Amino acid sequence: MAALLEIEDLHVTFATGDGTVNAVNGVSFALEEGETLAIVGESGSGKSQTAYAAMGLLAANGRARGRVRYGGRDLLGLPQRELNRIRAKEIAMIFQDPMTSLNPYMRVSEQMAEVLTLHKGMSRREAVAESVRMLDLVRIPDAKARVHDYPHQFSGGMRQRIMIAMALLCRPKLLIADEPTTALDVTVQAQIMKLLGDIRAELGTAVILITHDLGVVAGFCDRTLVMYGGQIMEEGPTTLLFERPTHPYTLGLLSAVPRIDREDEMLLTIAGDPPDMSRLPPGCPFFPRCAYAVPGNETRRPPLVTLPDGRRRACNLSVEEILARREAMP
Amino acid sequence: MLSFILRRLLVAIPTILILIVISFVLMFAAPGGPFNSERPLPPAVMANIEARYGLDQPYVVQMFNYVKNIVLHFDFGPSFRLRDYTVSDLIAQGFPVTLTYGFWAFVVAVTFGVALGVVAAIRHNTWLDYLATGSAIGASVLPNFVLAPILVIVFTLWLGWLPGGGWRGGQWQYVVLPVVALSTSYLAAIARIMRSSMLEVLNSGFIRTARAKGLPMRRIVWKHALKPALLPVLSYLGPAFVAMITGSVVIDVYFSTGGIGQYFVNSALNRDYSVIMGVTILVGALTILFNLVVDILYAWIDPKIRL
Repeated sequence: MAALLEIEDLHVTFATGDGTVNAVNGVSFALEEGETLAIVGESGSGKSQTAYAAMGLLAANGRARGRVRYGGRDLLGLPQRELNRIRAKEIAMIFQDPMTSLNPYMRVSEQMAEVLTLHKGMSRREAVAESVRMLDLVRIPDAKARVHDYPHQFSGGMRQRIMIAMALLCRPKLLIADEPTTALDVTVQAQIMKLLGDIRAELGTAVILITHDLGVVAGFCDRTLVMYGGQIMEEGPTTLLFERPTHPYTLGLLSAVPRIDREDEMLLTIAGDPPDMSRLPPGCPFFPRCAYAVPGNETRRPPLVTLPDGRRRACNLSVEEILARREAMP
Repeated sequence: MLSFILRRLLVAIPTILILIVISFVLMFAAPGGPFNSERPLPPAVMANIEARYGLDQPYVVQMFNYVKNIVLHFDFGPSFRLRDYTVSDLIAQGFPVTLTYGFWAFVVAVTFGVALGVVAAIRHNTWLDYLATGSAIGASVLPNFVLAPILVIVFTLWLGWLPGGGWRGGQWQYVVLPVVALSTSYLAAIARIMRSSMLEVLNSGFIRTARAKGLPMRRIVWKHALKPALLPVLSYLGPAFVAMITGSVVIDVYFSTGGIGQYFVNSALNRDYSVIMGVTILVGALTILFNLVVDILYAWIDPKIRL
């Protein structure tokens, strides 16, 4: 099956007063139709900027290089007009903070209907009716009456539902969800994830879920891509990555997930700070914080290698070396 | 909404009273009086005149009488220096003039200021932005007492297109130069506020959402960004509008327009007490009124504000 979205050697840089920030450094991956991919990593790992670059939503000082293939075209080279025909219609996006992602000065009906009048050429009345249907689908109670309310009249969870409904109006083939639950209460988080799961099943939408919450990823995504310092550290089927992690960073991330079934332990963290993206080390960006780092490897940049079990991995040490040393660790 | 407006108008009454008291105290605290001149009048004459205008009484009494006449007869008293004129006459004569050129100056300043600010923000960090920002800064540091004579030199003396002064009942030729001279610095201020608030709005999350929805830039700016970006401009516009429609002494003096702008300075210099009070109350009342208008507009733009 042909890939729905194919990103090749994507680089994103930001020109700032303090020099160039290299947010994304040579990321490549492909997404099949209907597939769900998680992109995980700490803040500043470049996971969101990868998505923004694909959608042409980088800040004004941002530049993207590489290829983002969708429907036989490279989205990076597309003029604004062409790109606008793909946004929302083919690829839709929802954002982290539902409080600020909806326009507080416009009624929900207006904000939703304009997507349909623009992309589908619907009349305003049809568009509002369709918006109500979509709000019903994301389980906004009493949608018909509330569609004309302003965003501030809804709770945070409801607003995220509205964002999702708005993103799905044109039945896009791909939904990019940028930390959709980070700003929400834990109980609401679960509801939103369940909703996204239901919708994926119902509409067959492919999903890229950008998150730093591994708990969310486990039950939801077919594949997981772990990013650090704007590069892919490890990528593969989610179950494989979770059950048999082989990259020191993935290992670190997984051990940093709080477990309620073991209360004797301290909350584990990965020592050190995320890298300064304007002064990345020449070698593996994770080297300074890596528990498995071998002196002498500082400047060796590991290539992203595909392993026989289907995962891709960028590490200077082999799987066997990592696993052997992990056994030896306390 | 209606009760909000009524409440605000009720609060306006004590506000204006306080304004009157403070103006009165300041006025009397300043040395000299309306009838002092370089050659002192004989004491008997002086006493007569002061008795005629009620100046012989303690100023608390004068203040009381003043307010009483306004409340009972809407009478702001006679001018102390321009004989045969009451303050109401002067304002009735001059205010239509300043209202005319002030209103057009306001229209010009808002239209071009907002447009310039929006263009500069959309074309952020391009030559268009630098041009707009540069001319806005240039215009805001150019005082109208410099601009006015330059306009007269260029358009009256060199090009001969427009008259350099007079009013003639507000024929358009006579209105243009005062409007340009008055509006320029306001235009520049509006452009700068508009640019920075538009830049801020364009960087906000909901604009990113609008872009992700595939909306064309024109619609994003007009439908999504303009309203919130106007809010900071709006709070500037209330006082600015009042300042513009009450004119400017520079405009009235340079262009001999005969507006009330000249009275702000002349009446103070002449100690023409009743005229000072008259224009002060006029400006005060207009300020209160237009701040109310701004608040109502705010509520119209921002649905979170309920009056």
